[in-house]
Amino acid sequence: MSVSSVVKIKIDGVEVTAYEGDTILSAAKRASIYIPTLCYLDGLSSYGGCRLCIVEVKGSPKLFPSCTTPVSNGMEIITNSERLRKFRKLTLGLILSEKPHICSICVANGHCELQDLAKEFGVDHLRVEREWTAHKIDLTHDFLVIDHNRCILCARCIRACDEIEGVHVLDMKMRGKDSQVIVDMDEDWASSRSCTSCRKCARVCPVGAIYVRDKPFSEIKDKEMAKFILSRRGL
Amino acid sequence: MKPEDILRIAREETEKQGFYKYRINICCSSGCLPFGALNLLKAFENAVKKFGVESECKVARAGCPGTCSVGPVVLLEPGGYIYQNVTPEKAREIVKSHIVAGIPVKEYLYANEAFFKKQLRLVLRNAGKINPMRIEDYIAAGGYQALIKCLTKMTPKEVIDEITASGLRGRGGAGFPTGQKWNFVAREKNTPKYVVANLDEGDPGVFANRTLAEADPHSIIEGMIISAYAVGAEQGYIYVRAEYPLAVNTLREALRQAKAMNLIGENILESGFNFNIELRLGAGAFIAGEETGILASIEGRRATPRPRPPYPATSGLWGKPTLINNVETLANVPPIILNGGDWFAKIGTPKCTGTKCFSLTGKVNNPGLIEVPMGITLREVIFEIGGGILRGRKFKAVLVGGPSGGCLPESMLGLPIDYESLTKAGAIMGSGGIVVIDDTACMVDTAWFFTDFCVDESCGKCVPCRVGLLKIRNILERIMKGEGKMDDIDLLEELGVYVRDASLCGLGQTAPNPTLTTLRYFRDEYVAHISEKRCPAGKCFKEQASLEVKE
Repeated sequence: MSVSSVVKIKIDGVEVTAYEGDTILSAAKRASIYIPTLCYLDGLSSYGGCRLCIVEVKGSPKLFPSCTTPVSNGMEIITNSERLRKFRKLTLGLILSEKPHICSICVANGHCELQDLAKEFGVDHLRVEREWTAHKIDLTHDFLVIDHNRCILCARCIRACDEIEGVHVLDMKMRGKDSQVIVDMDEDWASSRSCTSCRKCARVCPVGAIYVRDKPFSEIKDKEMAKFILSRRGL
Repeated sequence: MKPEDILRIAREETEKQGFYKYRINICCSSGCLPFGALNLLKAFENAVKKFGVESECKVARAGCPGTCSVGPVVLLEPGGYIYQNVTPEKAREIVKSHIVAGIPVKEYLYANEAFFKKQLRLVLRNAGKINPMRIEDYIAAGGYQALIKCLTKMTPKEVIDEITASGLRGRGGAGFPTGQKWNFVAREKNTPKYVVANLDEGDPGVFANRTLAEADPHSIIEGMIISAYAVGAEQGYIYVRAEYPLAVNTLREALRQAKAMNLIGENILESGFNFNIELRLGAGAFIAGEETGILASIEGRRATPRPRPPYPATSGLWGKPTLINNVETLANVPPIILNGGDWFAKIGTPKCTGTKCFSLTGKVNNPGLIEVPMGITLREVIFEIGGGILRGRKFKAVLVGGPSGGCLPESMLGLPIDYESLTKAGAIMGSGGIVVIDDTACMVDTAWFFTDFCVDESCGKCVPCRVGLLKIRNILERIMKGEGKMDDIDLLEELGVYVRDASLCGLGQTAPNPTLTTLRYFRDEYVAHISEKRCPAGKCFKEQASLEVKE
């Protein structure tokens, strides 16, 4: 890594040394300050979609996603105010209400990042109406399954497929509430000739939307995978 | 071509037009075309021939003079006589009386002087007066003089300084100082640089940019070339909605003619400056008008916004420095260069200089496209220019800023129109849409309508906008059906503030505005719906009532 200039910032009142090019999140991580994340994954490009890692910066009424906001000298960051806790809880509730998430019949039960976060923020009931529409499940592939009923549209799989495996089989179709992850040009997974069946999508999925059939779920997940490959590339 | 050649064309064209005593401009914009404007063009040409006044009367197609509700419209110069609802029969009469005998046909004239009295037309300076399909018309009206001035007498830095001095702010809605934005791109070392003109106007009831492109495409192109000269870009893109076929055709023709005169291309007017413009057609998404969404779309990707920084000024199209301006901002540039920044800074208010185009629609007597100086009050716009409420009904609210604007009540009518005042009141400048709402409208229904639009147009990337807005719409729907609970009001407010503060881009950050402002100014209507199962405007519950009668 090239020598980059030091930036002094304050996170939750603690003085932290960061480097130019750091995001708020990376600086906080180095200083062992916890900021909740969901769509973010070390080694993948930042997406800024889940809005869980939003923080307050003194002097601005706006909220900043810590995964994409670069640090600058003298920045004073608050990661855990009452407003932020409330917003994060709302975000989790909204994600849970969007699709029929039922933990008891989910392969990810007990290993789910969404479930963990919901527990952490005390989401014990939903204040908004739940959506019970059934979505497609693609079971055509030999061992990879995508269950759109569980997808939270974090785009981790899309980014891993494009940036790590380099085949860009997965992408998103439609927009807004109709957004959906698709294989190739919205085909059955089995008919995809570009998919290398590398399972990276299943490894990075934070919930049980993409998984390997008949495998114990704890074995599939490998959140460090992306980071590892990137370090091997010398990036 | 050299600058002198352009000046010569201007002279010759002015001379040619001077032969004619009269000029009949027939509006052939999207508003008048469906009412047979092209037939009218023929009818006038025939009438002029029939009465033998071809040598003193020029019949030309033109853009929109702004009075869209009374089309087809004909603007007769000199004198600026506007004839409304013209038919081929009326055309003969007009030629016979006005041109041959010199007496205007009073009963066919657009009699609303108030519509134009408080307007100030800078951006729309040529709209309705020139033929948008002929570059010579634009040049004769003083066009491309600003470009010549920039290329021959000014350095890029001087151009930016002039724009900064004018105080011009982005007309796309956010109001960012234009000079500052140009400066950011100009100081970037990374090349090539790009400029993008945003003509992805997707709001319901808004047609200002469209009319501008259809009436005076060269004002946009000239502004764009100047901006490229100022920041050092060699490639530009005009991103225009594919749903605006006439605007696309007009711009395409304008670009062809500008290229033929060497106003774009290599070595422009022998100054050594190269700049090309390409048209890019939108793919039918409202979100593609967002600053980073437009970049994704031009690159050929799905139009989704991305978080900033990095700002497009440092990393835009293909990671290169990119200047994005709304077309209305660009159309302001030539007059600023010609008359000086100080001249422009005197118009409007000290913090918000210049003028703004508004699409005035809804329940007003004179809807249409207007351009007013900043700082004018809403009351002046609605009751003087707009001529008051249709059919003498009572004013209830005005939605300012398009589908994500705010609904302001009667007590706010004294509000001056500028970026800060509107934001403070809960509305936005936005795309410049003003929708007037009378007492027959239900405010819950109004909030629902615009929220529903934004739900459809949300890109789905961030949770607050994708799910939060959807829930707001569903709760509004519930209230309209009479199934609301008192808690819903608090929940709506909480969700609205959350979506506004936590969303990724401008769409989500402003989409709760209709809901939040109706809750702020018309809370009693929500309460009536919930606690009394009654719609004060008598709009909701109608289906239910009629069902009950049938039973």
